Amino acid sequence: MPDLTYPGPENIHRHVLPNGITILVYENFAAESVVIDGTLHAGALAESEGKAGLASFTASLLMRGTQQRSFGQIYEALESVGAGLDFSSGRHVTEFVAHCLVEDLDLVLELLSDSLRHPTFPAVQVELMRGEILTGLQIRANDTRRMAGLAFRELLYPHHPYGRSTQGYVETIPAITAEDMMQYHGRYFGPRDMIVGIVGAVKANEAIAKIEAALGDWQNPQQQTMTAVADVRRPTETRRIHVPMPDKSQSDILLGLPGPLRAAPDYLDAKMMNTILGVFGMMGRIGLNVREKQGLAYYAYSQLQGGLGPSPWFASAGVSPENVEQAIRSILDEVARIQDEPVSEEELADSQAYITGSMPVGLETNSGLVNVITDMEFYGLGLDYLQHYPDIIRAITPQRVQAAAQKYLSIEQIAIAVAGPESVISNQ
Amino acid sequence: MPNHLPVTKTTLDNGLTVILKEMHHAPVASFMIWYRVGSRNEVPGITGISHWVEHMMFKGTPAFPGDQLDRMISREGGHWNAFTWLDFTAYYETMPSNRIDLALRLEADRMRNTQMPPDEVESERTVILSERGMYENDPRFNLNEELTSAAFRVHPYHHEVIGDEADLRSMTREDLLGHYGRYYVPNNAIAVIVGDFATAEMLARINTLFGEIAAGEAAPPITRQEPSQKGERRVTLHGPADASYLTHAYKAPAASHPDYFALTLLNAAFAGGSSLGMFGGGGTNKSSRLYKALVDTDLAAAAFGGLGPTVDPYLYAINAVARNGRSLAEMEAALDAEMARLQSDPITQAELDKALKRAKAEFVLAGESITGQAQLLGMAEAVIGDYRWFETVLDKLNAVTLDDLERVRQTYLQKANRTVGWYEPSNNGMTA
Repeated sequence: MPDLTYPGPENIHRHVLPNGITILVYENFAAESVVIDGTLHAGALAESEGKAGLASFTASLLMRGTQQRSFGQIYEALESVGAGLDFSSGRHVTEFVAHCLVEDLDLVLELLSDSLRHPTFPAVQVELMRGEILTGLQIRANDTRRMAGLAFRELLYPHHPYGRSTQGYVETIPAITAEDMMQYHGRYFGPRDMIVGIVGAVKANEAIAKIEAALGDWQNPQQQTMTAVADVRRPTETRRIHVPMPDKSQSDILLGLPGPLRAAPDYLDAKMMNTILGVFGMMGRIGLNVREKQGLAYYAYSQLQGGLGPSPWFASAGVSPENVEQAIRSILDEVARIQDEPVSEEELADSQAYITGSMPVGLETNSGLVNVITDMEFYGLGLDYLQHYPDIIRAITPQRVQAAAQKYLSIEQIAIAVAGPESVISNQ
Repeated sequence: MPNHLPVTKTTLDNGLTVILKEMHHAPVASFMIWYRVGSRNEVPGITGISHWVEHMMFKGTPAFPGDQLDRMISREGGHWNAFTWLDFTAYYETMPSNRIDLALRLEADRMRNTQMPPDEVESERTVILSERGMYENDPRFNLNEELTSAAFRVHPYHHEVIGDEADLRSMTREDLLGHYGRYYVPNNAIAVIVGDFATAEMLARINTLFGEIAAGEAAPPITRQEPSQKGERRVTLHGPADASYLTHAYKAPAASHPDYFALTLLNAAFAGGSSLGMFGGGGTNKSSRLYKALVDTDLAAAAFGGLGPTVDPYLYAINAVARNGRSLAEMEAALDAEMARLQSDPITQAELDKALKRAKAEFVLAGESITGQAQLLGMAEAVIGDYRWFETVLDKLNAVTLDDLERVRQTYLQKANRTVGWYEPSNNGMTA
């Protein structure tokens, strides 16, 4: 039975503008605030290897000068009313999030529209941002967790855009010019397929009218379809790398494989498998084994991202250098166990109850609501998806969980990256 | 609007403070227990013990075995966690409101019945050493630890909440049980519940579950107050990093001091960020004087300032990360010049108004979530002893004048009142 207490077609107002923007509004008058969340199909997949970081660099320049406003004017306006607006880029999309008091919604929509449509990439701001990004990359170079993540991606997706950092590298950031950004912006930023979700103390027809006034006349005849993601091949053996970081107190481990697409028919089976393996309670079976039973780590968990492309399934732990091998063995033991033995009915029921029971908590705030509502649109799940979701989750069986573990996990054909002091022998 | 819904506060016969606030916009409730114990209540030899006890609270009781606890909360759709800070240790469960009774029963039970089996103490020792190892991987933690210990010679704010490694290696189960027994008593605790419930019924239930727990002795007072600072202190660290970090930390008033709100607004006007004087929040600070002086000028990659509410006077810190190729000396000179400009070119009414409008927006956003409300009410009660400190924060901020800003600047933002921290890379290599 669909659960009609959740947002659905009855109360999510959906409106498509003639220029292709889909607007979703959900009214919530609990507080006098509004959040906005949106996506457009522009991301790092459009970058060349030599200009890695272009999409992210561009997103960071959108609010640093437009045809009508300087960087200083944009932030003065925004910060004067305690509002927030931020753009960030992933591999497939550029996302924006905004929050403000409802009395300042017009201002925020105006700044959103201006930043999206009329950025000028001023030379001074490009150089300032370049410096900030380069300093950020140097900080990354000293962060075991992020360096393990970088090495893991390179190992898992060789010669594939998924193997590159969306933040770029010290070798690529200096090569990116304002001209590159203008070209990329001109090609991929446009209203077609854009989604704008808005949740808060504003009536649906008013919200739609305001968004239409801000973005309804946007046209970009040159807008191109985002580059499709190439297939990835799973590793055929264990690939392993150690990133030496000799002066660190702790090592970070990341191991995993390419995971299912969000659109895969067995995506939720895989998600359930991962919940049991590395999420439920204090980080699932992996947390129980590595942290609770052996006391090896402060954090140990696994994650499944899903998405438009083959984002990874991975397990992660931060441990003392001398415990690296034991932690890896323990994680792989848990991977083998969930592949070899069906999970018990009871364990599955626990995770099913967790996923369905935690929905009201996740939907309590405007930002929680807007994320879920825009996701339903983005992945084409249907606006009644949330109402059917508890039934879909409850229909998953131990056999389906085991099948997903056998299909998506492996203990032998896997990428393993470690960053930290060299007390382990790299068998790379 | 949620911030203006009524709050009920009462004290049970055993001394437990109870705060209840109904919010019915979602079928959710959040229950918290705050203990008035943190690193402030620790002495050398047992530094980090409050945080370690917090970890042991997840190891269970005879009625709620450790290996079942997580399962019980999670399968009801709840999420739970805990945090330890200078002045308090707090536990919370946010759950569908028709399941919140589990949180009440669990917290009532583990206030007195946590077992801490010896093997669990040992396995948690390595978990906490690993947590400390994780922090030590971050130059900012190492800088902050050295700087804070230099700023506080006498007061227990001297050491980090995680504790010193030597103590984490030597502390015993008896130490942990002693600390737990002394501070985990109803008269040292605050129960906060916010969300979708009926107050009278909920209060009766709390009384049933918590009322029978015997009161304990009052916690010993903190006698080692920090003497006033007589001159600038400086610490310089070298370590693995590819960036340099600067901190200027001024001794700041306690949250209960009348100057606290003026200093909060001075920071909001000068450095941007939070205008509320709670923890975190506040968003970007790109239109602030600090950002314009350090980041727009190509000296720093980031710069921010902040102070948080504490029982005893703590620190108002300004932090900056140097841009690649820029020195800490040039960055510090620019920061000092900008601080000096606060005197020659004081904060204007327009700047103050902007900070106040931001406070209003932040207050609305902070009050939006049920868990957030529980945290802010509990924090105000635990630190200041009065939850209304949070409810009335906007009134107190609105009462601040430009003269107040100048007065607190003169009182607190003097070189003699600060500790300066530098973190410089010991390697010069670029490895990215």
